[in-house]
Amino acid sequence: MTAPLVEMRDMVKSFGGIKAVDHVTIDLYPGEVVGVLGHNGAGKSVLMKMLSGALPRDSGEIYINGEKAEINNPRDARDYKIETIYQYLALADNLDAASNLFLGRELIGQTGFVDDALMEAETRKILARLNPNFRRFHTPVSGLSGGQRQSVAIARAVYFNAKILIMDEPTAALGVQETQMVAELIEQLKSEGIGILLIDHDIHQVKMLCDRANVMKNGQLVGTVKVDEVSEDDMLGMIIAGKCPANAIPGPGALQNA
Amino acid sequence: MTDTPTAASAPPKPRNFFSALEIDTRLLGMIGAFVVICLIFNFLTDGRFMTPRNLFNLTIQTASVAIMATGMVFVIVTRNIDLSVGSLLATCSAMMAMTQTWFIPDLMGFGLNHPATMPIAIVVGIFAGLLIGAFQGWLIGYLTIPAFIVTLGGYLVWRNVAWHLTKGQTIGPLDENFQLFGGINGTLGETWSWVFAAVAIIGSIYALFQTRRTQVAHEFPVKPLWAEVLIGAIISATIIGFVAVLNAYQIPTARLQRIYEARGEILPEGTVQGYGIPISVLVLILIVIVMTIIARRTRVGRYIFATGGNPEAAELAGINTRMLMVKVFAIMGALCAIAAVVASSRQTFHSNDIGTLDELRVIAAAVIGGTALAGGMGTIYGAVLGALIMQSLQSGMAMVGVDAPYQNMVVGSVLVLAVFIDILYRRRTGDKT
Repeated sequence: MTAPLVEMRDMVKSFGGIKAVDHVTIDLYPGEVVGVLGHNGAGKSVLMKMLSGALPRDSGEIYINGEKAEINNPRDARDYKIETIYQYLALADNLDAASNLFLGRELIGQTGFVDDALMEAETRKILARLNPNFRRFHTPVSGLSGGQRQSVAIARAVYFNAKILIMDEPTAALGVQETQMVAELIEQLKSEGIGILLIDHDIHQVKMLCDRANVMKNGQLVGTVKVDEVSEDDMLGMIIAGKCPANAIPGPGALQNA
Repeated sequence: MTDTPTAASAPPKPRNFFSALEIDTRLLGMIGAFVVICLIFNFLTDGRFMTPRNLFNLTIQTASVAIMATGMVFVIVTRNIDLSVGSLLATCSAMMAMTQTWFIPDLMGFGLNHPATMPIAIVVGIFAGLLIGAFQGWLIGYLTIPAFIVTLGGYLVWRNVAWHLTKGQTIGPLDENFQLFGGINGTLGETWSWVFAAVAIIGSIYALFQTRRTQVAHEFPVKPLWAEVLIGAIISATIIGFVAVLNAYQIPTARLQRIYEARGEILPEGTVQGYGIPISVLVLILIVIVMTIIARRTRVGRYIFATGGNPEAAELAGINTRMLMVKVFAIMGALCAIAAVVASSRQTFHSNDIGTLDELRVIAAAVIGGTALAGGMGTIYGAVLGALIMQSLQSGMAMVGVDAPYQNMVVGSVLVLAVFIDILYRRRTGDKT
């Protein structure tokens, strides 16, 4: 088999005396959707933030396409075509859609100034594809609905040709219709060979969208499963009790006497 | 929270007169407030308030605070505060005063009023302001000491650095060329003021034209043509009116005589000349243009507003928010130095108490001008209008003969009231505070 798109080996991160992420190893292949599950505080978001460069890691190694990668800040992650869609954090509420989409990567015109018109034109193009209902290009994003805001965040990842996409509960704030939109988008991106890491609470959704799932508990990896081979109850058991079903690959956090 | 196609997604058709013009209603409100203040004082002073002479004085009195207020917008937009601007102004003023009255004429032996003195002094001042500002920004951004504390410390430190440098003495008179920035001692004269007006009008119309052309090129919705023409006409009329007023303030004959005598000419009988635009106001106008371009058309400006709106998002977007603080406070420091040029040359000497309480005037100007202390919101022109409103209140009351304590009570109350009105306005329009 080819080298995985992403491999995070032996990742460790502590806050004070608490090990938020304790020797976790996961991987992701192109065109694959891999879930990261667990309770609040299980360490899944911290693990993802180490990949997106938002948090520095204590130890562990990250490999992109089999080569060791140095990711120490969000800029590094972007250079590896890693894009993150955060649930709430990543939009500046006082700016409009175009400014948010290009935040940190503004298009500069010939005069050396920010080319707002070009950015707006590009934003209109990409949003017309992702969310045709989107029309409010001149209002601050604080005035947009949850779905429209999420469209902007997703457009950002798509526009900059993400190869690796981290989605942190992308549908938590969304209605039924918008959730459906995100699900369709994930299918589409997947078919384009993009690898997606999906952090989620909703087991039903993970089962529907993901190929594999990693379950974390107390900072440790309970195990990795192929979602088609296990039931929702099996996964629930992993999340709550740390109990691995027979066909899972157990991790260090699995209940030992199970 | 569903994405149903509501009014929001309906094609934006021009609705009423004002929305077709796409003018910031808050700007209209502030201009309205300024006009009302002028009319009231004009009534109370039997027409003495709205004379060319008083309006001229108003502009030169506002310049120093307004220059600093443009920088305070950036500081407050990034959720910080700068309490040290008045003291920083004093330090820069002291350094420039010493450069031009002691260092260049005595130590370097250039003598008094050498043509190189003025530019050297200004460069020294701006460099000092930039450096001190950047240092404070470094303490705030990299050492994460709250801006309130850093600049409160700076308030004490820089005021007394100025004292130390000058040993508490008043230094003056300042260099003659330097004094051109003081207002009445340096104006463009009638002809050059009209040249300036022409350039400004052509520039504004060109900018409007360019904006529309880009919008058409990208097939964006554009304003109706009559709206564009009307805006162009309003801008042109404002510029012409502004220059006409400043030109209408005439140089006293005695002074005119001295000017002619200095040139070795005889004043022709019946000659009248207006002052025109003060150089200090010209400096303010240039700074407003530059700062507005920084705010709207550069990455730094975009990052300032993004960081103010959501610091976490800005950081996740790869913005170096620490370095940004250094830049913001360095800009503030440089503007303090420029304000120091205007303030010290206006009084023709450096004094120990120069810029005292300016930090509060500057913050008040920015806040009255619509800059939100919560961060992420504010405009450069708003801050300048805020400074103008404050100054017109103050000098209007002085003309009416209101006692000093009552003046300050009114100004303080207006500050609080202005912020309250702003909160109400934002609640109605649905903007976040």
